Amino acid sequence: MSTSTTLAQTQQELISEFALFSDWQDRYEHLIELGKDLPLIAPENKTDDNLVRGCQSRVWLHAAPQNGLVHFTADSDAMITKGIVALLVRVFNDRTPEEIIGASTEFIDTIGLRAHLSPNRANGLSAMIDQMKRYALAYSAKS
Amino acid sequence: MSSKAAPVSSTFNVEEIRAQFPILKELVHGKPLVYFDNAATSQKPRRVIKAESAYYATINANVHRGVHTLSTKATEAQEATRETIRKHINAKHAHEVIFTSGTTASLNLAAFSLGQLLLNKGDEVLISGMEHHSNIVPWQMVCERYGATLRVIPITSSGEWDFSIANSLIADSASCKILAVSHVSNTLGTINPVKQLIAEARKRGIITVVDGAQAIAHLDVDVQDLGCDLYAFSGHKAYGPTGTGVLYGREELLERMPPWQGGGEMIDTVTLEKSTWAKLPFKFEAGTPHIAGIIGLGEAIRWMEDYDKNAMAAHEQLLLEHATKELLAIDGLRIIGTAKEKVGVISFVIEGVHHYDLGTLLDQQGIAVRTGHHCTQPLMDRFGVSGTTRSSFACFNTVEEVDAMAAATRKAVKMLR
Repeated sequence: MSTSTTLAQTQQELISEFALFSDWQDRYEHLIELGKDLPLIAPENKTDDNLVRGCQSRVWLHAAPQNGLVHFTADSDAMITKGIVALLVRVFNDRTPEEIIGASTEFIDTIGLRAHLSPNRANGLSAMIDQMKRYALAYSAKS
Repeated sequence: MSSKAAPVSSTFNVEEIRAQFPILKELVHGKPLVYFDNAATSQKPRRVIKAESAYYATINANVHRGVHTLSTKATEAQEATRETIRKHINAKHAHEVIFTSGTTASLNLAAFSLGQLLLNKGDEVLISGMEHHSNIVPWQMVCERYGATLRVIPITSSGEWDFSIANSLIADSASCKILAVSHVSNTLGTINPVKQLIAEARKRGIITVVDGAQAIAHLDVDVQDLGCDLYAFSGHKAYGPTGTGVLYGREELLERMPPWQGGGEMIDTVTLEKSTWAKLPFKFEAGTPHIAGIIGLGEAIRWMEDYDKNAMAAHEQLLLEHATKELLAIDGLRIIGTAKEKVGVISFVIEGVHHYDLGTLLDQQGIAVRTGHHCTQPLMDRFGVSGTTRSSFACFNTVEEVDAMAAATRKAVKMLR
C-alpha cells in the first residue's frame, strides 16, 4: 500500500511485531489476524494456474504490474497459510521487480516462523517466495 | 479376526507398556508428546531398537552367502523372523513369507508379478473405493500395461463396502482375475469383511490380494482362515523398524508367479544367456535385504505376542469410543467413517476449520495427528472433503491423552473461528 517504507523496513517492522510474542498462541493468533488484511485475489484469478505448488493447503497467488511495481493478491483455504502469504505480501507488495528479486528473506528465520512450521509448510513457504520472485523476474524481463 | 472387544484384562497395564517406549518421554514444543499418528507409523519399544542395533554391534554380515560365523548368525537371526511371522499370521510354510521394504513394495510385487502371470486384454482387476494409493496405483499401472480394466467397489456413507455391489462385480464378471482390497481402511478405520468377499472371489477362481497394513498391529491375522492368496503388510506400523515389510503368498501361487526384480540372491544359476530362479522365498528377494530391520521386526512381533491380544484390542477400542464421544461434543465436528467395526482410527472434519490449521495448532500443543488426504484421494472425493484430521491409536496411548487432544482441539477451534 504505502511505498514510503522500504522493503527492509517492512521486514524490520515484522520482526519487531513478532518479537512481542512469547508464546505460540499469541504468535499464531497474530498470524491469523495478518491473514485478514491480505489483499484478496479476484475470483477470476483464483485459477489452477495461480495455485502455488508445494503447499499442502491451497494457496492462490496473482501478480500484476502497476506503474512499474508488482502488485500481489492472494488467498488460501487455510487461515494460518493465509497469514503466511499475507506476511510475504506485506513485504513484497508494490515493490519494483528489482527490489523483490534482490530481497533477502532472512526475516522469516528471525521472526522464528520457520522453526514453528512443519517441513511441509516450510517447503510451501519457500514455494511462495520462489513464486513471488519468479513473477518479479518475469516483469523485470518485460520492462 | 473379530474386533469385538473383550473387557480390559487385568494383565494389561498401559503405564507398564508406555515405560517401554523411549520416545514417549520426548517433549514437543515444550509439551509432553501425545502421539496419535500410529496409522502412519507406530512408535517402537526399546526391545526392538535394541535388537536392531545389536545386529550391527555384534553380528553384522550379509545373509545366505558367507561360510563365516557372522554370516551364519545373521542368517539365523533373519530366518528366525520368518518363522516368527509364519506363526503370527498362521501361514503353512516359512517360505511363504517374503521380506520386502514395506506394504508398498509388497503390493507392487504382487501387482507386477500377477499382472504378468494373469492379465490379458479385456481382463478386470477389482479394488475398493477406500484403498490407499499403494493399492490403487500399481494396479492402474499393470492394467494399462496389459489392457485390463480396473473396477471399483463403491463405498457407503458410513464408510463400508457396498457389499451387494461388490458381490455382483465378482459374480457377474467372467473377466475379473484379481481382487485387491484392504483389510482395514487407513483413513476410516473400517474393518472390512474380507473373509466373506474372498470366499465369493474364490468360487470364481479370482486371485485375492489383501492390503493388511492397518490390520497387522490391531487384529488377529490368520491368512489360512481368511483364505487369501496374498497378504501384504509393513513392519513399521506394527512396532517394528521402517523399511521392513512382508508379502505372504500361498505356496502354489508363489511357485507360479514370475520374479519381479532381478539381482543377487534370487537366482539359481546365471549364464549370460539365461538365468534360473532360486526357490521360495528367495526368488522374490533380490539383493541384500534390510537385515537389521527384519531382525527388529521379529522382535516387534514377539513383543506384541507377549501381551494379551484381546486386552490390547479392548484398550484401543476404549480409546476409540472415548475419542468419538469427546470429539462429537465439539460444535460442527463430523466423523468421516462410522462403520460398526473399526480399529482405533478416527477421521474428522470441523465446519469452518481447515484440517491443516488444526494439525498445526495441535502440534503446537504437543499432539501429533495426521492431516490431509491420507493417500486416499478417491475416498476424499467420495466424501466431498479435501482432507481430514486423523487420530490413530496404539496400545501405548491413554484416555488422558484423548482428553488432551479434545481440549487442544477445542482451543484450536476457538482460535480459528
